[in-house]
Amino acid sequence: MRTFLGLPAPRRSLPEPAYAPRGVGHLRASQEFPVAARRALSDTQLRRNLGKATATIRAKRAAVVGEVPDWEELRSAGQAIKAATMANLGGYLEQLEAAVTARGGTVHWARDAIEANNIVTRLVQAAGATEVVKVKSLATDEIGLNDALAAAGIAAYETDLAELIVQLGRDRPSHILVPAIHRNRTEIRDIFVAEMGDADPGLTDDPAALAEAARRHLRRKFLSATVGISGANFAVAETGTLCVVESEGNGRMCVTLPRTLITVMGIEKVIPRWSDLGVFLQLLPRSSTGERMNPYTSMWTGVTPGDGPQSVHLVLLDNGRTAALADPVGRAALHCIRCSACLNVCPVYERTGGHAYGSVYPGPIGAVLSPQLTGVEDNASLPYASSLCGACYQVCPVKIDIPALLVHLRARHVELQRSARRVPSAEAITMAAASWVMADPVRFAAAQAASRSGRLLGSRGKISALPPPLAAWTRARDAPVPPAQTFRQWWRSEHRDSDRDAQ
Amino acid sequence: MSAREEMLARISAAVGPGSTDSARPSPDPGQVSAGEPAADSAARYRTRGQLSGPELLDLLAGRLTDYRALVHRATPVTLADEISAALRRRQARRVVVPPALRLPLPEFVTATADTPPVLSAAELDAFDGVITRAAVAIAETGTIVLDGSPDQGRRAISLVPDYHLCVVEARQVVHLVPEAVERLSAGRPLTWISGPSATSDIELERVEGVHGPRTLEVVLVSA
Repeated sequence: MRTFLGLPAPRRSLPEPAYAPRGVGHLRASQEFPVAARRALSDTQLRRNLGKATATIRAKRAAVVGEVPDWEELRSAGQAIKAATMANLGGYLEQLEAAVTARGGTVHWARDAIEANNIVTRLVQAAGATEVVKVKSLATDEIGLNDALAAAGIAAYETDLAELIVQLGRDRPSHILVPAIHRNRTEIRDIFVAEMGDADPGLTDDPAALAEAARRHLRRKFLSATVGISGANFAVAETGTLCVVESEGNGRMCVTLPRTLITVMGIEKVIPRWSDLGVFLQLLPRSSTGERMNPYTSMWTGVTPGDGPQSVHLVLLDNGRTAALADPVGRAALHCIRCSACLNVCPVYERTGGHAYGSVYPGPIGAVLSPQLTGVEDNASLPYASSLCGACYQVCPVKIDIPALLVHLRARHVELQRSARRVPSAEAITMAAASWVMADPVRFAAAQAASRSGRLLGSRGKISALPPPLAAWTRARDAPVPPAQTFRQWWRSEHRDSDRDAQ
Repeated sequence: MSAREEMLARISAAVGPGSTDSARPSPDPGQVSAGEPAADSAARYRTRGQLSGPELLDLLAGRLTDYRALVHRATPVTLADEISAALRRRQARRVVVPPALRLPLPEFVTATADTPPVLSAAELDAFDGVITRAAVAIAETGTIVLDGSPDQGRRAISLVPDYHLCVVEARQVVHLVPEAVERLSAGRPLTWISGPSATSDIELERVEGVHGPRTLEVVLVSA
């Protein structure tokens, strides 16, 4: 319990948090979530595609998670490993750097998106390449690497099927695992025919035919590419091993065939020990694609003479992660292993899709991660993009309590607003008034009696439009009509006799 | 201040002073005790499987088949016949093999060993298939793991050809993922394979066959 003495709190002399810089990458929305969501909700095709896809993946995940007898123990282990990693993150990164370097790899440190983009661009230029092949990587999407490479005259080819669909359609990813989840097969077929250049005009919308078209389109690129760019699902500090989990084999192509391999990895992806992979390689595939194991997982440790890339680079990316780390509650968002299970169960995501979140990290985890990377003010509407139903927490393979983080970030947002303005907000005044009313039984009873006047505003048990300043509440939802009787009145009428007995 | 120094300073400021150089776990890979839960974790997940013998092999075969791999059982005596039959069905005539495969191959097959100077990716693309052994197989997930040993070869040879025939010995099969991690060596380039190349990117419908080998055939050898 703190005692408020009426004195201004002393300013803590902490350095300014280093948020992801503005103007680069894809972490900030151009529109507030409610506005973007409204547009998405009116797109019936999008809602059909999303409803079908998320229902499918939910059922698959539930089936393969259900067959693991120690699933809860694995979740607890995953959570504990991640928490222990964050508590000693600097030490593990130094250990990782030493291990990668000892095996002939080169480690680069990037404070933010701009620095990471510059490092990668320089490395590609040093390799003498004007084309690169890419494995699906959220980190490189976060920092806008493809745009930076294009500005330097380097063409980046996305090779994951969904990323290819997004890139060819000049679109944005809308899901962590399945970036083109908002597209159905017919839309994908049309994009391929129009944009691929070498697609058969008679191409059907059979998923197998579409996959075959992608195989033929990218084959030549794979066999001739000299630089590959990847992200990393895990990096083992004690061994220097990097790990990429995928399905199609495009990842294997990108990390095996080119002479130079550049991996861009958020610093939170490091795991302490080799044996930790035994936990995460069970948690990730079952939570992500709903498979017992994904088709392909590649692991490499520095350079292997005679096998694979002989020039191997690792770029360690901050870009707001240390700012998230500085919040003892919020840092749990850094535990995320990007499985996307929380997206698939979220009633909000299922209806709005990923674009409405405006960040490369959509859905519940995005709503707690993006505002921490950018600073809450720059993604202020995201912590409110949730009904707090808790489904995301239940499926999270590393037990991130996303609803608690959402509430925590909402509180931070309110605090920031309060300290930023001299006049209290309507919400703050309402809350102060409510606190005064509720502190006294007589005032509370009087207020309850008065609330019955609200019955005049509604019909059939609900109020669809309240007058300002309460109109903001009813813009997106109905308010219940106050009951004819308060609970206390009802109790008194029901218990007259027993009250008398008690006396 | 370099980016490295600044990031480490930010981390140090975020999680408290001194954390970057305290409680460093053993960096010696020789000390790795795989399979133990992480420090400070009370969690007790399974690190030792319960299955062995025929049950273990049946589980592996079933799980491989679930993910559309073709699976055959063989004994050391029938192994040559199974390999021959598989290659004949596939009509594979020109195959690439790792430097030291040591498997009986039928006469109708021309096997090219990937020895230095190694084959280019384009040359690999021209083969009908690849034959390798494996390092470990995980029954519960239907996974085979290659580690680049001389009987498995460079990663590229089991990637570029469209057909992969893999021979797995019973002694290489473990029940659980943590058991496989314990057996494997971090220093080697590892490829974990669970069925043929696949994608679920179109309406989350699984389609076998994108960039990796579109057909995976496994011969499981036990006495």
